[in-house]
Amino acid sequence: MPASPRSFVVHAVDNVATLLDRAEAGATITVLGDGHVTQIEAREVIEPGHKIALCAIAADQPIIKFGVRIGRATRDIAPGQWVHLNNCASFLDERSSTLDLHSGAATDTRYA
Amino acid sequence: MPEWTSTTWSGYLRPDGSKGVRDIVLVIYTVECARHVAHAIAQGETDTHVIGFPGCYDNQYAVNLMLALARHPNVGAVLAVGLGCEYTQPKKLAEVVRASGRLADWFYIQDLGGTRPSVEHGKRIVRQMRDQLRATTPRVPMTVADLSIGCECGGSDGTSGLAGNPVVGALFDRIVDAGGIAIFEEVVEMIGLRDVLAQRAATPEARQQLVATYDKAEAYCRSVRQWSVSPGNFAGGLTTIEEKSMGAFAKSGSRPIQGVIKVSQRPPGPGLWLLDSVPDPHYMQFGYTNPNDTEGIMDLIAAGCQLVLFVTGRGSVIGSPISPLIKVTGNSHTYRRMHEDMDFDAGRVLSGELTLHQAADELGQLVVQVASGMPSKPESLGHREYFIMYKHQDTPSLEVGCRA
Repeated sequence: MPASPRSFVVHAVDNVATLLDRAEAGATITVLGDGHVTQIEAREVIEPGHKIALCAIAADQPIIKFGVRIGRATRDIAPGQWVHLNNCASFLDERSSTLDLHSGAATDTRYA
Repeated sequence: MPEWTSTTWSGYLRPDGSKGVRDIVLVIYTVECARHVAHAIAQGETDTHVIGFPGCYDNQYAVNLMLALARHPNVGAVLAVGLGCEYTQPKKLAEVVRASGRLADWFYIQDLGGTRPSVEHGKRIVRQMRDQLRATTPRVPMTVADLSIGCECGGSDGTSGLAGNPVVGALFDRIVDAGGIAIFEEVVEMIGLRDVLAQRAATPEARQQLVATYDKAEAYCRSVRQWSVSPGNFAGGLTTIEEKSMGAFAKSGSRPIQGVIKVSQRPPGPGLWLLDSVPDPHYMQFGYTNPNDTEGIMDLIAAGCQLVLFVTGRGSVIGSPISPLIKVTGNSHTYRRMHEDMDFDAGRVLSGELTLHQAADELGQLVVQVASGMPSKPESLGHREYFIMYKHQDTPSLEVGCRA
């Protein structure tokens, strides 16, 4: 039985944690740091450095990390879901929601 | 207060009252054509560093930067070397440095008859200056209260915002509480944090400065439609510029921000300061904000920092002239892989080996050791990268922001 994947919460009011290890779908993740939960089940594969929702976040509600709004939910997010470009948008950078979900590559630049 | 903040070590007292942690002879070239001769002069000479400006046409921003570096607390003597036909005047540089009470000399390569006689002449001057410094520079007790310390980050990954920068932020809090100066920069990586920045202002004037500095940087980013976040950042898990900004901003710690200084100005008092390196509007629209990590480090040194911390996640192998660079990584894997280049492993906060506050105190002890004379890893490896470029900033008088 491999050790439980770890995640880290920066601020007590954050609604996301950052993965320190890769988590498989269904894995029980240990939550370190300042959060109110100590464990959460991953609903999908989440890579290290990426974020997991610690609670349900409704569409248009802020994503909170470091105790501040780092973006807004573009759809309803369930606890344990991966929070990234497909469900969280910048308040400023209009390109952030157009990038490739996995590589981060721009999709709005023409190469032909 | 942690014990290391009251440790005393022996520094170097300059005639202008500033205190250095190194006693450097600085060779400055005033055009690319003099670069080889300047480096050949410094080659093999102890405590002799080189900076220079490649342009033939001069630039007020670059001259200000060279003068700030030449009168740095860690610098005791300066030799300015020109070719002989460039706009920037080595004689003027030497005069200003001499007026600060430091040793200074200058020459043109064309007057001396070429490379070999110039290198020989330069080496004679540098050795005389160094001998004189060793014999005459007064030693003086120093503590953290006499330190200006800067922080830059580069090669960031997911650990930088979680461990590397927060540990430096906690260190900054301790340095400010002990009466020292802490300086952070990279305003384009504070985008999205207008309110957070404004709330940290120490005074209404500081708030006004912070908001104006923020607005200039956001306007810059909007105008070029470029936010300081890259595909590699997104692939690494950062979703928005706001998220990246907050990770970078963590290095400022939690103390009130006293105000904003521009490049080549020194903070007028103790506490935490923001350094603005974003170009001001100018008819030529030239100068990038942060073209590379070395530029930011030079800006921090020009602000009088006797030591600079560099936070990296992925790893970096740069150093700096004049002031030692201390490399901090939040990624323990990077630390193990590049341990000859990395000074401090802040990743132990994420593994649970250390608390944030224990890590900050351990880093503080390392800062005191390096200030006391122990070479940092980049210093030991001989890294002295520098970068001075054309830029425009409105700085009517450098003396306004300078401490006597």
